[in-house]
Amino acid sequence: MASRSFFSGSFSLTDVHPAALLTGVFLLAYPAFASDFFVFQIGAYTLILGTIALSLMMLAGYGGMVSLAQVTVAGFAAYLMAILGENSVGVMGLGWPWWLTAIVSVIGAALFSAFIGAVSVRTEGIYTIMITLAVAVAFFFFVRQNYVLFNGFSGFAGVEPPTIFGIYWRNPTPFYYLTLFVAAGFFWAVYYGAKSTFGLSLQAIRDNPRRMRALGYNVTLHRITAYFFSGLIAGVAGVLLVWFNGRISPGTIGVDVAIDILVIAVVGGMRHPVGPFLGAIAFVLLENFAIDLIDRERFNMVIGTAFLLVVLFSPDGLLGLWNRVRPKLRFKRDTQLSAGSVERGEPVEAGSSDKN
Amino acid sequence: MRNFVERHTFWAIVILVAAALLVWMIFAVWPDWLVQMLGRKKTFVNTLLNGITLGGLYFLVASGFTLIFGLMRNVNLAHGAMYLLGGYIGYEISEYTGNWFLGLAVAFLAVGISGILLQVLIFRRMEGDDLRQTLVTIGISIIAADVMLAVWTGTTYQFSPPEWLFGATVLPVISVIKSSGAEVYIKYPIYRLAVLVVAVAVGVGLWLFLNRTKIGMMIRAGVNDREMLSASGVNVQLVFSVVFALGAGLAGFAGVIGGTALSIAPGEDVRYLLASLVVVIVGGLGSISGAAIGALIIGLAEQFGLAYFPTYGVVLTFLIMVVVLAVRPQGIMGER
Repeated sequence: MASRSFFSGSFSLTDVHPAALLTGVFLLAYPAFASDFFVFQIGAYTLILGTIALSLMMLAGYGGMVSLAQVTVAGFAAYLMAILGENSVGVMGLGWPWWLTAIVSVIGAALFSAFIGAVSVRTEGIYTIMITLAVAVAFFFFVRQNYVLFNGFSGFAGVEPPTIFGIYWRNPTPFYYLTLFVAAGFFWAVYYGAKSTFGLSLQAIRDNPRRMRALGYNVTLHRITAYFFSGLIAGVAGVLLVWFNGRISPGTIGVDVAIDILVIAVVGGMRHPVGPFLGAIAFVLLENFAIDLIDRERFNMVIGTAFLLVVLFSPDGLLGLWNRVRPKLRFKRDTQLSAGSVERGEPVEAGSSDKN
Repeated sequence: MRNFVERHTFWAIVILVAAALLVWMIFAVWPDWLVQMLGRKKTFVNTLLNGITLGGLYFLVASGFTLIFGLMRNVNLAHGAMYLLGGYIGYEISEYTGNWFLGLAVAFLAVGISGILLQVLIFRRMEGDDLRQTLVTIGISIIAADVMLAVWTGTTYQFSPPEWLFGATVLPVISVIKSSGAEVYIKYPIYRLAVLVVAVAVGVGLWLFLNRTKIGMMIRAGVNDREMLSASGVNVQLVFSVVFALGAGLAGFAGVIGGTALSIAPGEDVRYLLASLVVVIVGGLGSISGAAIGALIIGLAEQFGLAYFPTYGVVLTFLIMVVVLAVRPQGIMGER
């Protein structure tokens, strides 16, 4: 929200919203004061989940296509890492060098995502969610029963990140910075890309596909391209995920996980790329600390209830809640400052109308 | 029918030849070369029957799903959870009273009532907002799955249907002729045939309900134009509730039928949700006949996939879905 003019050339430090600056400093300094558990299990995991949810937010928020197959795409990249690279199970594991494996995995995931897009974009609206859900479930059952390629129920273990520059990248602090770098990069890419020509036409297609078609835009191609880009994001997140877990199995890409990602994106809010990360923080904290409040077994009930409440009462998620609360707080603050933040903090898609 | 033959003579002939070939493959004693090509005849006929009966079960599940969508444009992703709930309720009742049919009836009614509650308490608040309704059904299915896991734990339950539904019957189909000249007939479980009969009965019943009753007429009118229906003085909310009750009830009903044929356990909800999704995507959303055709295709594909190329069975189902979407995005019987 903070820095619309960041890339426009007329950047000065005062344009950055203090909250954004504070968040950036906090995220960079985080490993300095947090324990390894908080850096790795909470910090890095949040950023990975947030990145996967970001790929969904990009599709759903800007493209209007709610895909439940983002985890499937991430899982596809993770499986490719295990199949093409090295694993300790003894099935497949072609032993390609790590950089080639990672690149091929990400590209493969993006192409897989584009394929899912091509299958589902010919129908519209609510069909997307059904078709992508069917794809997700079918892929889950497929990897579970296929032992030749995907090693069936147990999946792969022993997928390790490489050691570069003398640093073992699975150590908490380096891995945290790696995920932070990826997450921040994609955050900026999505945030800035939403204002590019492609981003604006995608949002216009979301709002009125017929009009865009009449204007001569290739609606289908735009949508498939959006799927490709979101596949890139999800694919990189999948590579990080398999390095994080060290293993990949059908359980990692099950329907419940796919729904978790949807929950994260919806709870966080789909109108701004920061939403998925907010949702991911809430999700990971709940997942780790809800045990103290309730039975571990009943975690899904908590998540489901939270999700249901958000959908029923605040369709824009935590961000929407914040936007509703903010005007009430604003009276207490400096009027000039808040007038500026209204101008800059408006929903991004408002920009689409000046283009077309 | 006649229209179809006149318009697509070539395809009509192809279909006829395929059907004749199938009938010959079922009833004739297979020559050696065919056995070498496809394996034993017993496997083939059993797979075929399994596929058809599984298709019947899928039709029971998917018809409720497609009925609800057709009228209300509401993709009820809690349909799998309703299937599972029906199975559990039916199990409890039939164990408690010892009457399997009572369990079936109570499951139908109880899940139907839960459907009415959903419609009245939740969906009525957000009419016309497809995506939010769908998200709500996802939330409900997460919670429902967890509640059911808490109540019935992760155990697998087996029904005990009435005695006369047990066992196998001998079909008038010769599998092989032994060297001694004795004919070996194919046996098949009675219960699975009963599933098929029930599915056909439900299909015919739905058709009669939709085409021969007044409320069925209202539902069909609502599918075509909801606003016009309410403008002509019909209480649309009542019609919605009836349809939701019927659709949900069918899911619960299928839960008992399917639970008896296989078993009831956590995770079945996702399986049958996938089945309903693929069936209606292939058959066409909102069409009962589409659900029947889709269910038959998917049931057969799944069983033949399982029998002839086990590790790639799911891919076959998926491929069918992709091909249908590529050629006819609205589904085989779907209308735009």
